[in-house]
Amino acid sequence: MSSTCDTVFNIISETCDIPRETIKPESHAINDLGIDSLDFLDVAFAIDKTFGIKMPIEQWTQEVNEGRATTDQYFVLQNLCARIDELVAAKKA
Amino acid sequence: MRLEYFQLIDRVIDIDLNGRTIRAEAIVPTTSTIFEGHFPGHPLMPGVLLLEAMAQTSGWLIIGLTQFTRMPFLAAFKEAKLRTFVTPGQCLSLSAEIVHEGSGFAVTKAAIRLEGKLACNAEITFRLVDFPSPEFRVSMEKVAAAISFPQAARANG
Repeated sequence: MSSTCDTVFNIISETCDIPRETIKPESHAINDLGIDSLDFLDVAFAIDKTFGIKMPIEQWTQEVNEGRATTDQYFVLQNLCARIDELVAAKKA
Repeated sequence: MRLEYFQLIDRVIDIDLNGRTIRAEAIVPTTSTIFEGHFPGHPLMPGVLLLEAMAQTSGWLIIGLTQFTRMPFLAAFKEAKLRTFVTPGQCLSLSAEIVHEGSGFAVTKAAIRLEGKLACNAEITFRLVDFPSPEFRVSMEKVAAAISFPQAARANG
């Protein structure tokens, strides 16, 4: 597992009080882990701070609402971590 | 403070959009039906209203930063501390600073001081959404004018 995933899983576990061992790369943050929108704000805050990025959650939500993306693309954790890696790389570029 | 209109801020003293801070003030009314129940013979400004005052102060900062394009709605308080009693007639010095501007949310730290002494503080999270209607935005602009929200921070609104 990537260090990004390790960090994100720890954030989710601590922020949402979810046992660490139940959080898997294939877990869907909403459908599998039951993270609601308020808890996800806390998760996003912690991720933004930890990685020094600003996850474009509003853009992602809009894409999902308009049918241009699925929630899996952004909220399955291994995909979320890949997006975070992309944002970190873009910031460094 | 106009408790009956839930307007907890009397005046914005200054807003620093670069430093992402705001200062405001409010005087607790000397009379209100609230104090008849909270508490009989021992009137105290309710803690929830002090939290709301800090939230409104933070909210005006966010509205200034987003140039009246987004409306902040209260989502969460963390580490809220009510350190002293606040009583009718006292002048509150309110302040807030941005901790983080996320996508669709913002986090602030806010405080209330009484004669320079910290009375309340909290970390506050807001959801930011487009104004639900043009009328809503107009009404907020009217309130902004009433509380001396700096014109410079409204110029591009």
